[in-house]
Amino acid sequence: MRTDFTTEQLADPDTAASEKVLRNCTHCGFCTATCPTYVLLGDELDSPRGRIYLIKDMLAAGGQVTADTVKHIDRCLSCLSCMTTCPSGVHYMHLVDHARRWIEGHYRRPSGERALRRFLGAVLSRPLLFRLALRGAAIARPFSHFLPRRLAPLFALAPSSIPPASPSDRRPQVFAAEGKRRMRAALLPGCAQKVVAPEINEATIRLLTRHGCEVVVARGSACCGSLAHHLGQEAAALGFARANIDAWERERRSAGLDAIVVNASGCGTTVKDYGFMLREDPAYAEKAARVAALAKDVTEVVEALALSPSKLPATVAGRRVAYHSACSMQHGQRVHTGAKALLAAAGFEPVDVPEGHLCCGSAGSYNLLQPEIASALRDRKLANIAATGAEFVATGNIGCITQLAPGCGVPVVHTVELLDWASGGPVPKRLVGSAGAPAGDRRNQ
Amino acid sequence: MEMPAPDDAVLQRRAEIIEALRQIVPGEGVIVSEAERRAYESDGLTAYHTLPMVVVLPSSVGEVAAVLRYCQQNGVKVVPRGAGTSLSGGALPLADGVLLGMAKFNHILDIDCPNRCVVAQPGVTNLAITQAAEKAGFYYAPDPSSQIACTIGGNVAENSGGVHCLKYGVTTNNILGIEMVLMDGEVVRLGGKHLDAPGYDLLGVMTGSEGLLGGVTVVTVRILPKPATARALLIGIATTGDAGNCVAAVIAAGIIPGGMEMMDRPAIHAAEAFVNVGYPLDAEALLIVELDGPPAEVEHLTGRVEAIARDHHASVIRRSRDEAERLAFWSGRKAAFPAVGRISPDYYCMDGTIPRRRLSEVLTRISALSERHGLAVANVFHAGDGNLHPLVLYDANRPGEIERAEAFGTDILKLCVEVGGVLTGEHGVGVEKRDLMGTMFDETDLAHQQRLKCAFDPDGLLNPGKVFPQLHRCAELGRLHVHAGRLPFPDLPRF
Repeated sequence: MRTDFTTEQLADPDTAASEKVLRNCTHCGFCTATCPTYVLLGDELDSPRGRIYLIKDMLAAGGQVTADTVKHIDRCLSCLSCMTTCPSGVHYMHLVDHARRWIEGHYRRPSGERALRRFLGAVLSRPLLFRLALRGAAIARPFSHFLPRRLAPLFALAPSSIPPASPSDRRPQVFAAEGKRRMRAALLPGCAQKVVAPEINEATIRLLTRHGCEVVVARGSACCGSLAHHLGQEAAALGFARANIDAWERERRSAGLDAIVVNASGCGTTVKDYGFMLREDPAYAEKAARVAALAKDVTEVVEALALSPSKLPATVAGRRVAYHSACSMQHGQRVHTGAKALLAAAGFEPVDVPEGHLCCGSAGSYNLLQPEIASALRDRKLANIAATGAEFVATGNIGCITQLAPGCGVPVVHTVELLDWASGGPVPKRLVGSAGAPAGDRRNQ
Repeated sequence: MEMPAPDDAVLQRRAEIIEALRQIVPGEGVIVSEAERRAYESDGLTAYHTLPMVVVLPSSVGEVAAVLRYCQQNGVKVVPRGAGTSLSGGALPLADGVLLGMAKFNHILDIDCPNRCVVAQPGVTNLAITQAAEKAGFYYAPDPSSQIACTIGGNVAENSGGVHCLKYGVTTNNILGIEMVLMDGEVVRLGGKHLDAPGYDLLGVMTGSEGLLGGVTVVTVRILPKPATARALLIGIATTGDAGNCVAAVIAAGIIPGGMEMMDRPAIHAAEAFVNVGYPLDAEALLIVELDGPPAEVEHLTGRVEAIARDHHASVIRRSRDEAERLAFWSGRKAAFPAVGRISPDYYCMDGTIPRRRLSEVLTRISALSERHGLAVANVFHAGDGNLHPLVLYDANRPGEIERAEAFGTDILKLCVEVGGVLTGEHGVGVEKRDLMGTMFDETDLAHQQRLKCAFDPDGLLNPGKVFPQLHRCAELGRLHVHAGRLPFPDLPRF
């Protein structure tokens, strides 16, 4: 695609990188077909090709950005379905990430929106604050009708009960491998996930240690930074990235690291991109690239370790599980087959969800910022899940779990919870008492 | 390439026109700001772009009819647009025109297996029709490479083909009926779920009319039962000449493959980089030959095609082992155009058709033209039916390259006509080949074609500037040439 940047504009490394991305685009339009917002809205401006055009013109024009342009870029889920579809290899993720940063610097949002975005960036990424906010939401819920409409989705998505913090998440620590140590991996502790679903880190640690992997939660590692990154809050995002890199580099140098395990695919996409995000930072570029290369989704690590023979109770074996591949898993990380193969090896019958390439609408904090589009996508996804006739849903991303679980007729669990269960762990919390779990199976409860 | 000069009188009424359109299509369906209109300035042929006066995205047939009626009554031009994947600039906007986007019409209305048809809104993608029908064991045969994104309404407008049209025909052979809106807002239904309709074949007239006659609002397509077996063969051949002769030999042997495609070395490399299915990277030409039908027939024909390929010095022959591998073989071919984006920032995709037996000669002459114009070319084409898609590689950021690419493209199309072929296989004339129409048709031919348009759109408001190299007012085409006071054919009765 033709671009019109001046030499001065191209001196900016971000613009230079985006120019390269733009030049790869041939305007074929294939990406429109698999873009969830285009499928819903039927407007080129709400498709990747339209946004690429808007971004191209926005960057080339410089100066203040118009509200029209921001509206359509804000509506992008960053699901990256377009990148899977694009035959020309356009790196849309880097382009839209740049656009979001650019908008933060060149557009003044209305005050309510600005406050909400700041609140989300500050709170969701910090477990202590998030826990407090959820308590506050629980108290305020009866009065939510009196609050601004913009805040409604926050209350709708806030869980009604907040589990206590897990002992595994309370402090940095090392979990020894059972039997012979075959691998040593750092677990990204994460942020929002450990507040709303601490069982996921617990299951991950049990599953990995059981398979001979020593798991370390490194001192100083925390949120991956992706929530802030997708809100265009670059300084905060890079702050999180640097803290994680420092923590893991210390760990790597002292006791060695074979992998950095991420059990939320949204975070995995970002950690795997640390090398690009910090490429212009001489103090971090090399370390960031090393960390990015070590980052693995938990299913990739379990595949490498080879899942031990299934210990699923006979009554559970063969149960049909709808595998919902998160966008960050299939499009962001291009991890396609691992989870399903592992679920099959664990004794379940994994099935694909129709229209599996379409986002469920969660997309980080998207469901809080764009509730109408997010709920339309959720309803579509739930209908597709129901069509599979599965008894429960497995996915590898906390965002999808919180988005889908409330309206889903069957339990939604993390893939590692099922793998943990099948290899000797407890029945996943959300399955206890459900149709999917045998009534008599109450191990470890 | 010149477009008709914008009408200042219309441009001055822009605010009033927008207001009227907003009364018809509510909310975000009328797109006005320059930043937003900019994203609509071109379709799949990016060499040409024009900022539309306004973009309208209706979501009901009533809205389409009201928009067209308003435009007719107020002398406003209209350019219909589907997914904007046209490679001939069929949906290139007009600076004084309404761009009528049909993408919100994306629902399948009926899957009717007993009548072997699917009824779909025009904004449904080609692939979505097959996906809707495949559970019941059916599919929609025409499959343009852009099938993932291109719409069925656009397919009707362009009479699109695809890799399987060699055996199953192009769009016109596979649709049963349409509902369309005329420029005056009248809703007309042509054909239906049945095979043929009484009267003139207006459905045939509409198919391939490139948005010049009316706006399609519903399409009824014929679906076919999926063949019991389909197998694709990858055949790598060391020279394009041998590959061209191999294609001709297969057809001459009386075999009609489901599809028979060819790619040359640059295209093979670009596509393989996207799909990684093991295309032979050392071959000068790759043929993908698909055989479908009952297992015994496929098995028999596979052997015969392989034998012909060996006679033509094939260096690699691979059979797809299962459905997944067959689709993988095709995936690189389907994505070949945009995959070329990996090796060149821009490409200009040509579309001409030649007699099959001239294939190797034409390829040789295209590479000579490539040297003369100083631009590389990647060839991807429906070899079985002689439909060439040379991709001229250029860089739009380098001054003068677009013009060189156009000149090269023109020479390729002239070559096609010279060897007994035609200007277009399936992408349509649009603006791309408009000025070359004179190499195929003389003034009389063109005037007759334009008279047909006049019957549908007497004011020439639908997609003007496309297909015909010269605009004529309808009255001008119908007028009598009175020379020295004498009427021609004075004995004929006049009404």
